[in-house]
Amino acid sequence: MNTHPMKLKIDGVDVECSEGSTILTAAKTVGINIPTLCYLEGLTPYGGCRLCLVEVSGTNKLFPACATPVASGMEVTTQSPKLHEYRKMVLQTLLAERTHICSVCIANDHCELQTQTNQYGVDHVFYERNWSCNEIDSTHDFLVIDRNRCILCTRCVRACDEIEGVHTLDLKFHGKNTDVIMDQDELWSKACSCTSCRKCAKVCPVGAIYVEGENIEYTKDPQVIAFIVERRKCLK
Amino acid sequence: MPQMNPKKLRVATVWLSGCSGCHMSFLDQDEQLLELAKQITLVYSPLIDAKEFPPDVALTLIEGAVANEEQKEMLKTVRAKTITLVSLGDCAVTGNVVALRNRWPQSDQAIIDRAYNDPTNLHPQTPQQVPKLLSQVQPLHEIVKVDHYIPGCPPNAKLINYVLTELIAGRIPLREEHAKYG
Ligand code: SF4
Ligand code: SF4
Ligand code: SF4
Ligand code: FES
Repeated sequence: MNTHPMKLKIDGVDVECSEGSTILTAAKTVGINIPTLCYLEGLTPYGGCRLCLVEVSGTNKLFPACATPVASGMEVTTQSPKLHEYRKMVLQTLLAERTHICSVCIANDHCELQTQTNQYGVDHVFYERNWSCNEIDSTHDFLVIDRNRCILCTRCVRACDEIEGVHTLDLKFHGKNTDVIMDQDELWSKACSCTSCRKCAKVCPVGAIYVEGENIEYTKDPQVIAFIVERRKCLK
Repeated sequence: MPQMNPKKLRVATVWLSGCSGCHMSFLDQDEQLLELAKQITLVYSPLIDAKEFPPDVALTLIEGAVANEEQKEMLKTVRAKTITLVSLGDCAVTGNVVALRNRWPQSDQAIIDRAYNDPTNLHPQTPQQVPKLLSQVQPLHEIVKVDHYIPGCPPNAKLINYVLTELIAGRIPLREEHAKYG
């Protein structure tokens, strides 16, 4: 990575960071938090959920902070009434897309989507909801996926591929037919590449992948990815 | 007959397809109910004995999703006779558990077949004397305009009290600090 420092302004604060940083990581260095869902420290940015949209002066386009590299002279705004409305819209479309019924969900009160929804004051879904009928797979010894709660953030797919290194998980199809699959769209019990490492369950931000019979607070541990990445650096 | 005091706000609560848990949470306001009672008159509610939904209601809280024709009509009547309408609890706000049947198209028939027409029943039959189910369960705001939302299953008694207190005082309850989805 090039070490030329990049100078930019985020919410009026001068930030200096190395080339190749993203707006999100640059903002973090000065204590500015941008909301995220699909982003997870330690994994390649995906830019899928659009919750991290920010404004960049000089253009009307909004940019996903987690996947946008910084440029010198950039002026970024991370909080504005317009962004607030867009983020509310993003959260509502995520909730409308599949059957999110928190009262019967294992992740109720421990769900990143729900937390963001509360932070943005979304108290109902404006859009007509799509009552999805996706497959639940509980054939694995202890892992379960309920695709009706999946927000397609691909954290599990990236963790399985980039960190565990087996790429059991992937997506099939496009648009509203997209779903997380195991191996060649097998049942989980038949997906022989799976090492049962549980990383998918640890990183899933919602109640889609979980460990059967285990307290969800105990299962969820998204920070473990950044930890592993850090430790592997020491090995080099 | 509820007491008619012109200085008191005319308030109603309605119970559609819900488990009554939201009304239980309403009662869980405990001693704060005494404060409320000084300011409101309950003119219609499952908690009191009133047969018809009265006119000129200032504030109505509705528990439950809309699952049949009768409830849909009731909701429209309530909307027409109420100034401020509040969705109380997840069933009213999202459809919640009541809407779990929505994943089947024509879910009304699926439900009737499963519950009443099942051949293993002693007398399989389609019930005739009850209101017709809607093919899909709906939250209130998909049918009428809703002014405020109190999510939660059941909604927290403190949240109910906060929203009521603000509305009675003529203020708009803040969503950002108090809303809880699901
Ligand atoms: S995944 Fe989150 S938002 Fe969806 S039902 Fe579960 S708790 Fe609610
Ligand atoms: S348990 Fe590990 S190997 Fe198996 S699907 Fe999940 S992340 Fe991949
Ligand atoms: S299962 Fe969970 S981690 Fe995987 S894509 Fe869906 S929401 Fe994201
Ligand atoms: S966190 Fe940036 S797009 Fe999802």
